Amino acid sequence: MLFNEPSPLETKVLTRRFGLPNSASIDTYLAHEGYQAFLKASKMTPDEIIGEVKTSNLRGRGGAGFPTGMKWSFVPRTSPKPKYIVVNGDESEPGTCKDRVLIENDPHQLIEGVLIAGLSVDAHAGYVYIRGEYRYIIEVMEKAIDEAYAKGWLGKNIQGTGFDFDLYVHTGAGAYECGEESALLESLEGKRGVPRIRPPFPAVVGAFQCPTILNNVETYCAVPAIIRDGGAAFAALGIPKSGGTKMTCLTGHVNRPGVYELKIGFPVKQMIEEVGGGIRNGRKLKAFIPGGSSCPVLTAEEVEGATMDYDSMASRKTMLGSGGVIIIDDQTCMVKAALRIMRFYSHESCGWCIPCREGTTWLKKILTRFHEGGGTRNDIVLIGDIAKNMLGRTFCPLGDAAAMPTLSIVEKFRHEFEDHLNGKPCPYEHSGTMVTV
Amino acid sequence: MTFSPQLEARFEKLLKSYPPGRQRSAMIPMLMYAQDEIGSVTDELITEVAARTGTTPLQVNEVMSYYSMLHRKPLGKFHVQVCTNISCLLHDGDKLYEHACKKLGIGHKEVTADGQISIEEVECMGACSWAPAIQVNYDFHHHVTPAKLDEILDRLKKKPV
Ligand SMILES: Cc1cc2nc3c(=O)[nH]c(=O)nc-3n(C[C@H](O)[C@H](O)[C@H](O)COP(=O)(O)O)c2cc1C
Ligand code: FES
Repeated sequence: MLFNEPSPLETKVLTRRFGLPNSASIDTYLAHEGYQAFLKASKMTPDEIIGEVKTSNLRGRGGAGFPTGMKWSFVPRTSPKPKYIVVNGDESEPGTCKDRVLIENDPHQLIEGVLIAGLSVDAHAGYVYIRGEYRYIIEVMEKAIDEAYAKGWLGKNIQGTGFDFDLYVHTGAGAYECGEESALLESLEGKRGVPRIRPPFPAVVGAFQCPTILNNVETYCAVPAIIRDGGAAFAALGIPKSGGTKMTCLTGHVNRPGVYELKIGFPVKQMIEEVGGGIRNGRKLKAFIPGGSSCPVLTAEEVEGATMDYDSMASRKTMLGSGGVIIIDDQTCMVKAALRIMRFYSHESCGWCIPCREGTTWLKKILTRFHEGGGTRNDIVLIGDIAKNMLGRTFCPLGDAAAMPTLSIVEKFRHEFEDHLNGKPCPYEHSGTMVTV
Repeated sequence: MTFSPQLEARFEKLLKSYPPGRQRSAMIPMLMYAQDEIGSVTDELITEVAARTGTTPLQVNEVMSYYSMLHRKPLGKFHVQVCTNISCLLHDGDKLYEHACKKLGIGHKEVTADGQISIEEVECMGACSWAPAIQVNYDFHHHVTPAKLDEILDRLKKKPV
């Protein structure tokens, strides 16, 4: 099911089958080029498959943007250990709701991507880790897997290719940290989701201590198109060094929030105005978060000339991230936004690393005090100091994910913190009292 | 402990889903599906899952306490989860949550006296583009207004399970 109207400005590669009757069924998939890329890949060598993925300039869609072909090439293919394909469907980065749409509307595309990844590293089993809240998505995935077994697209000697592959669904149970790759692997082993030290990276020591490819749902979903139409065609959709499209979740104060598939490099202003229908109630843009609440915030001025790609965002000292675009209008209290974001990270910090556990807790307390009007000028400095002390000092980047947006808000919207001093009432409309978890 | 045939079938499938000697991997999914059937993670369930996954009750307890969806106390028959995270907040998700609390006369993780409804303020549930969002058990509701929430709660108050 689609929860918003598509936009004419979309480039439909991963979403090409969306909207067809029974788009999630294997019959629809097979009638629309489904599993043809797997058959093509089964006649290619692993190096050819990985080469095609490298040519496509596909970068990981889970947030970090690591080149996918390169990641696959790190797996020691000839290792005597079994190899695994793990799908990250934890999707918990605030602002992000695209993997849900991809699985719900076209689960076989994901299965086919996983199979091709399996061919490229000689893996014969895979796990789709899906967040626990997505129970109905788990059911869609299980049904698709059952269909694929029944029609011979999973299991032994798939379609006579001699390739065996088993695929399983694994439910999460409520933990943002389990989206972090190494914590996910711990969780998959039936443990608390705390991060592992790296190196070794999952490519070498991953699921069950074996070599593993771990990618985001959207990353795998791009693979069938890359093999079918060629890596160069996918690369050509994007910009140099970054190919294809990005599933983009427009959220916040736009007239038409929704999930849209846009070319990498899509202009931000056009995305807000034409895809999103502009800012609600004729208001103005105040702040822009490109890809989930972990990304540093941009001001309206900084958005000028920006495009939705890794380089444009890096040049503005933020990140393309997960595709969870958060659009904030000029009537919003940025202190409240900073507080809500920090409450999330403080709730989700797994507690393994002290700078993250203590830093997020104290920042939440100070921001709460600030928002309630009890802040001091010193607190503004203190917030920055605590956040800086978290950066780069933890096993996984959750600490950074909490510190970066906070630092950017304090730096770019310092005047709003000053407005809250001296018991002044919050000058912005969206400023009800905040309940605390 | 006895479970429904469906749950037993689910357990059997789960225990076969992981490499040999790795039944511990099935622990969290088993707890999730069992909790759905019996209402909470009881001492008895912990002992049972430990026995079936080759772990100790202490290990199961240690693991389950990490995950926010697993709970030792029963919730309401209908667990209403209101997201107040950033994308929902920008659509007044916080006010929606307060509205629900006021209407039911209960707060975070509390259950109504008749055991029918419980409420929880939750983090992002992956419905950000259709905010504000709530979940009732596993069902999503998008673009929830206070009026729509009233309607949902009124229905749940009377609904048999
Ligand atoms: C705290 C934290 C949470 C994360 N959550 C997710 C997530 O929900 N989904 C996801 O795909 N990646 C998530 N990631 C990124 C993963 O660690 C990993 O980089 C990604 O799954 C790799 O796949 P990709 O290369 O296809 O992006 C998270 C990272 C961190 C630090
Ligand atoms: S912020 Fe509420 S569902 Fe994502």
